[in-house]
Amino acid sequence: CEYGHHASCTSLYKKPFVESFEETPLLVAVLTYMGYGILTIFGYLRDFLRDWKFEKCHLAREREEQKDFVPLYQDFENFYTRNLYMRIRDNWNRPICSVPGAKMDLLERVTPDYNWTFEHTGNVLKDVINMGSYNYLGFAENTGTCADAASECTVKYGVGVSSTRQEIGNLDKHEELEILVARFLGVESSMAFGMGFATNSMNIPALTGKGCLILSDELNHASLVLGARLSGSTIRVFKHNNMQSLEKLLRDAIVHGQPRTHRPWKKILILVEGIYSMEGSIVRLPEVIALKKKYKAYLYLDEAHSIGALGPRGRGVVDYFGLDPSDVDIMMGTFTKSFGAAGGYIGGKKELIDYLRLHSHSTVYATSMSPPIIQQIITSMKCIMGEDGSTLGELCQLSENTTYFRRRLHEMGFIIYGNNDSPVVPLMLYMPAKIGAFGREMLKRNIGTVVVGFPATPIIESRARFCVSAAHTREMLDKALNAISEVGDLLQLKYSRKNRHGNEGSDSFSFLESHQD
Amino acid sequence: MKHAHAQSRDSVKMAAGQQWVLVEMVQAFYEAPAYHLILEGILILWIIRLLFSKTYKLQERSDLTEKEKEELIEEWQPEPLVPPVSKDHPSLNYDVVTGPPSHKIIVNGKECINFASFNFLGLLDSERVKLKALLSLKKYGVGTCGPRGFYGTFDVHLELEERLAKFMRTEEAIIYSYGFATIASAIPAYSKRGDIIFVDEAACFSIQKGLQASRSFVKHFKHNDMEDLERLLKEQEIEDQKNPRKARVIRRFIVVEGLYINTADICPLPDLVKLKYKYKVRIFLEESMSFGVLGEHGRGVTEHFGVNIDDIDLISANMENALASIGGFCCGRSFVIDHQRLSGQGYCFSASLPPMLASAAIEALNIMEEDPGIFRVLQDKCKHVHKALQGTPGLKVVGEPLAPALHLQLENSTGSRTNDLKLLRAIVDYSMDRQIALTLARYLEKEERFLPPPSIRVVVTVEQTQEEIERAAQCIREAAVKILK
Repeated sequence: CEYGHHASCTSLYKKPFVESFEETPLLVAVLTYMGYGILTIFGYLRDFLRDWKFEKCHLAREREEQKDFVPLYQDFENFYTRNLYMRIRDNWNRPICSVPGAKMDLLERVTPDYNWTFEHTGNVLKDVINMGSYNYLGFAENTGTCADAASECTVKYGVGVSSTRQEIGNLDKHEELEILVARFLGVESSMAFGMGFATNSMNIPALTGKGCLILSDELNHASLVLGARLSGSTIRVFKHNNMQSLEKLLRDAIVHGQPRTHRPWKKILILVEGIYSMEGSIVRLPEVIALKKKYKAYLYLDEAHSIGALGPRGRGVVDYFGLDPSDVDIMMGTFTKSFGAAGGYIGGKKELIDYLRLHSHSTVYATSMSPPIIQQIITSMKCIMGEDGSTLGELCQLSENTTYFRRRLHEMGFIIYGNNDSPVVPLMLYMPAKIGAFGREMLKRNIGTVVVGFPATPIIESRARFCVSAAHTREMLDKALNAISEVGDLLQLKYSRKNRHGNEGSDSFSFLESHQD
Repeated sequence: MKHAHAQSRDSVKMAAGQQWVLVEMVQAFYEAPAYHLILEGILILWIIRLLFSKTYKLQERSDLTEKEKEELIEEWQPEPLVPPVSKDHPSLNYDVVTGPPSHKIIVNGKECINFASFNFLGLLDSERVKLKALLSLKKYGVGTCGPRGFYGTFDVHLELEERLAKFMRTEEAIIYSYGFATIASAIPAYSKRGDIIFVDEAACFSIQKGLQASRSFVKHFKHNDMEDLERLLKEQEIEDQKNPRKARVIRRFIVVEGLYINTADICPLPDLVKLKYKYKVRIFLEESMSFGVLGEHGRGVTEHFGVNIDDIDLISANMENALASIGGFCCGRSFVIDHQRLSGQGYCFSASLPPMLASAAIEALNIMEEDPGIFRVLQDKCKHVHKALQGTPGLKVVGEPLAPALHLQLENSTGSRTNDLKLLRAIVDYSMDRQIALTLARYLEKEERFLPPPSIRVVVTVEQTQEEIERAAQCIREAAVKILK
């Protein structure tokens, strides 16, 4: 820790910060590259056969009248899609026909031609355990107080709004929601938008512009990257969750100023997320806030996955670390994950929100949120805050489920990434063939999982990602764990070389790991 | 002599060409002359020094000492995060609507007739649509809790996509969960750095954001001016001839709106199609205002002009105007649309549309298909409103007779935009006091490329009666006379 706040770091964390990112075993890495190499060779072979008409081509073709236009897609751009993604395409876009709760009903699909087209047989796979939907607190339900309140609201207000916030689309419900969100987060004022992705891509350009600097984490979500690009500011990337990298960038930026002209930066904005959904890691918020205060930068925290899911009172990552919400300049989050609705919000000081009311792209050009969705958010937020007479049962259930699930997976010998308290659990698969095999084998055992490969993750680090929910009972988790263990043995996924029976080796703990460099 | 002896030994070894046995190597080492060893020793030490010395960065301005750096860090003051906003900024306090935004809307406590929401077919109040949305809510809950790829695809989404494709008579359709994000995600999915896009000056803000995200070359042509567009296309052709190899890989697109939201007129689609085949450019058509409005069956500007829908590469529209739901869709041939399922950012990285909103849209489509007479009624009302507003003293009507959303601009501007806006706002307030709800057309003044002049938006819906239209026109006339004298 070069810059001398070694002693102060230890006091910033009130409880142990434990995360593990075990290294890829060498043999596995080699075999993975080999696997991709073989797939690429076969890809070229199949392309050759298709070009020379030995094989029937299922791809959609350009119109005859437009054959002499410049081609819309370059052949090599779609190489990966045609030859690798198509083979295992049945693991994604699985249609469901029920509530996306702890158990769901999937529509059965068959493919007569190896995933080029799908047909629905009409059968329904009932009661598939849902380990893929972002339903952390279990509010995705069609009965109960939330659903009833949303129904009443639909009858009274209808579904659409057909106007923007600044024109005539500002309903009394929007104002009610914004006051409630501000109270929930503990900030002065807040503002809600219709889409979580658009909240980032429309508001970051309103806050920064040319002459400003954005420091963004390596693994930030596409919406943050798009928002940063659209703003026109200079963007510099720091290593994932690495505070030394961030500090070095901050110092260099302030000392040397803008590139070439050396004028001082107008402002510096740090973009981080609460929980990173592909890694399962939690941001080192106390250290980020300490750095931000020291170097006078501004902090934009995207709590898409962590709001409602972390913290003793469910107020997100700020609550989890026991910090003051006014230290974070801009708190952004979405209502899709823990509240079972749709949309996003930004919270902060009153000046900030007043400015956004005038200058955000969304308030001027985009339709406002639909009333029943707002009602769902209001009811579920009041539930979490305990104002409806219900207890904080869901939060305890979620954190118990998370701890149990992660512990059992560690014991079984899988490589799991991320922080011990994060409900997002990535399980490493590495090899391309195992991606498809894992998804299909789990579905055969009636468990719906999500698998991710390139380009959402680095090419050799494909993974299966589980989202633990408060709606999962102990039996469901046990059933899922048994199935995972069975499939893990079948596909030889238990790569972990740590001691498997509870006491993990000291190299995996990273209690304030930044100071062991 | 010794040196020569060593040399000949080496050459013997080279001639033999084979393995250097370790013992022989050590022997050679002992027998080498002293200066030879010293020279080699110095070389080795030099290599070690180079390997371990610090890398030399040419741009390193590290003439600054640690103390100076600390001082710079102390001194630097950033700007405030947001510039201060005055409390009486005219747009800061929104008009509050209590209750549903239906035909009789309650704005700021006053009940008015709604001439401001884009509720063209009156479906915001439809009981059938609300019922279907309720049924969907009871089956699926509210949210989808995931993007389309990860258990966020519901059977209602698939049904809506099929229905939209069938209605528009195209092969495939794709749904987005936010109207603004539809065209803003579609354009960057096809057009990348180095490609060329010709776009109309009056294009709406979401198209401008899509263009910015795509990083392509953007060339603007004057609004609805086909000669200007042809001039730009000819210039591009001349450029292409200079470098034919590059020209074969650069994609070209024309982006236009069917019915422009900023100027309320229709684009000349048959001329555009002719230019498309002459210069080999693809057309992207944005139909948010014309879907469900123009054409005999409401299929938009392609039906209005009788153009073959396969001639348009991509049609994009939002479902928030005529369909009175939330979200947007793109439709076209499978060859074009399927690409967005993996590269449309707003599709892949965002949660899907809540199923109750999709059901509402399906029911709205049902209503549109059952009763095609409704479009004729809307078109007649538009013509009626256009005629009734003519001759208002001090205000001019901007827009075609068929447009459902007209603009009323000041005939003589005061010279400053703020004053113009104040006058128009006074007219809007006067009308609201007399139970006619109007609104100012809103823009982000600093961000728009070609900022339209300030105006009042007047929207026509099928629910407005003859008498209400007359009353509204009368009210606006009185307001204009009183305020703009």
